[in-house]
Amino acid sequence: MSSATSAGAASVPAHSWRQAVENALPRIVLGPTLLCALVFIYGFIAWTAWLSFTESRLLPRYELAGLVQYITLFENDRWWIAVRNLAIFGSLFMGVCLALGLLLAILLDQRIRAEGFLRAIYLYPMALSFIVTGTAWRWILNPGLGAQQLVRQMGFENFTFDWIVTPGMSIYAVVIAGAWQSTGFVMALFLAGLRGVDDAVIKSAQVDGAGPVRIYTSIIIPSLRPVFFSALIILAHIAIKSFDLVMALTGGGPGYSSDVPATFMYTFAFNRNQIGLGAASAMMMMLTIVAVLVPMIYAETGRHRRG
Amino acid sequence: MAELQRTRAAGAGAAGRVVVYALLVAFALYYLMPLFVMVTTSLKTLDDIRAGNLLALPGQVTFDAWSRAWSGACTGVRCEGLRVNFWNSVSFVLPAVLISTLIGAFNGYVLTMWRFRGSDVMFTMLLLGCFIPFQVVLLPMAQTLGYLGIANSIAGLVFVHVVYGLAFTTLFFRNFYVSLPDGMVKAARVDGAGFFTIFWRIILPISPPIIVVCVIWQFTQIWNDFLFGVVFSSGERQPITVALNNLVNTSTGVKEYNVDMAAAIIAGLPTLLVYVVAGKYFMRGLTAGAVKG
Repeated sequence: MSSATSAGAASVPAHSWRQAVENALPRIVLGPTLLCALVFIYGFIAWTAWLSFTESRLLPRYELAGLVQYITLFENDRWWIAVRNLAIFGSLFMGVCLALGLLLAILLDQRIRAEGFLRAIYLYPMALSFIVTGTAWRWILNPGLGAQQLVRQMGFENFTFDWIVTPGMSIYAVVIAGAWQSTGFVMALFLAGLRGVDDAVIKSAQVDGAGPVRIYTSIIIPSLRPVFFSALIILAHIAIKSFDLVMALTGGGPGYSSDVPATFMYTFAFNRNQIGLGAASAMMMMLTIVAVLVPMIYAETGRHRRG
Repeated sequence: MAELQRTRAAGAGAAGRVVVYALLVAFALYYLMPLFVMVTTSLKTLDDIRAGNLLALPGQVTFDAWSRAWSGACTGVRCEGLRVNFWNSVSFVLPAVLISTLIGAFNGYVLTMWRFRGSDVMFTMLLLGCFIPFQVVLLPMAQTLGYLGIANSIAGLVFVHVVYGLAFTTLFFRNFYVSLPDGMVKAARVDGAGFFTIFWRIILPISPPIIVVCVIWQFTQIWNDFLFGVVFSSGERQPITVALNNLVNTSTGVKEYNVDMAAAIIAGLPTLLVYVVAGKYFMRGLTAGAVKG
């Protein structure tokens, strides 16, 4: 016992009582966190699930009303546009980030001078809020004074680049900004993975006469499989939760053409006082994450165990 | 890591090297372009913006947009700039970061050095919390903050950020402590050292690296948060990200792009500074975070 604790405990007569407290300390310390997780994560999921089965509007009500909110949700065109946008945004965002991130990592892995400097440049957007990113790109992509006008001034007077204000195209503008922000992170993951590839394997392939392209396509990239997995999980997670970026870049517009489930949920739950419908859409987001991530994580950990 | 540099490009030749460098520099310019545009736009006058183009340098440098963004621009009905919201963010981000880091350190310590029956199950449960879309807790949390009387307050935002940051901070510390040799702690326990004695005397003195990673990570996350801010606060209590978004979307009269950009830089500056000063740790935090996804 240290002097500090024994001094405080000197007045406690029963040694066994003190021992009991000491033994319980780990549980006492971890207890509040566990309680928080139980109540504020699992309890709240159950609470939201319950709300999604009620007719709550402005105020929560707790009489069950069956699947009425889910039926309303599935009959709502705006919801399906949001789902479609998430599919477009998610797949393009993940694809662009993976491809560009891998390309940048491979390029940086060629004994580059000033590698640290370049890496820092690719990565700094990650430190910014999606709101800042969205604000910047909203200005860059605005057709009046932004990139479109820049190219027109260069002599291409019919050049048109107005995705951000065009229904049906604005979600692609979100992909541009999202990829700009997150590619550096994927690059960093891949770079760490590339540095972990065994040099001996590459040397022996070189001895066997394999060219650089072949070495990459058949040895190095396949060995990055675990990195692909973690990158995919993180990107899928960012995509499904994407809210800030859409709010800052397009506000879900024009109209609601670039809505995603997260902005849909926010709009209905907090601006339109449709708590039940908001809860139902939140549950659908939750289920989507479970449906996408659980198999991926399961496959990943399963391979670890086998390996 | 430098010694692990590859010799793969050996066959690529001088032309290949030029292509590699050209691509790298082109991408670097692309990544820097938005920052360049933000800074130059924020220093231009509105006339300058309309007359020139996106990449043009300011004809005359002016800091008017900055002072308007800081103390004059309208965010919704108020026209006091981002000043109030900036200090708002500071006042809830700092406590939230410190509290969540401290609790995370204790949790990680218990989960590695004082494991008990069920502690691993608890950890797994907590870990799954990293994956939930926060939309699924917003409605109950809004109700609960009301019951607790901390709706739309700094305390409420601290509470929310601590609660939903714990999974991450616990993970950081657990993964750090699990890699430590446990001989010292075992010896101290044999000598009769208690739970807190070991923590303060042995564990905490070797924790600074992970504390830095955790603090930077939490600071970036909480400062940049928008969702909790927009749902759980309003008006003067809003964090800077929400105020920035309001500022950009407030359409009274002429659209002041220079003020928008100055405001965006002000909102991004604290995390950007942290990144510049401590980028190495930031990187480490990101890859550690990557393990959890």
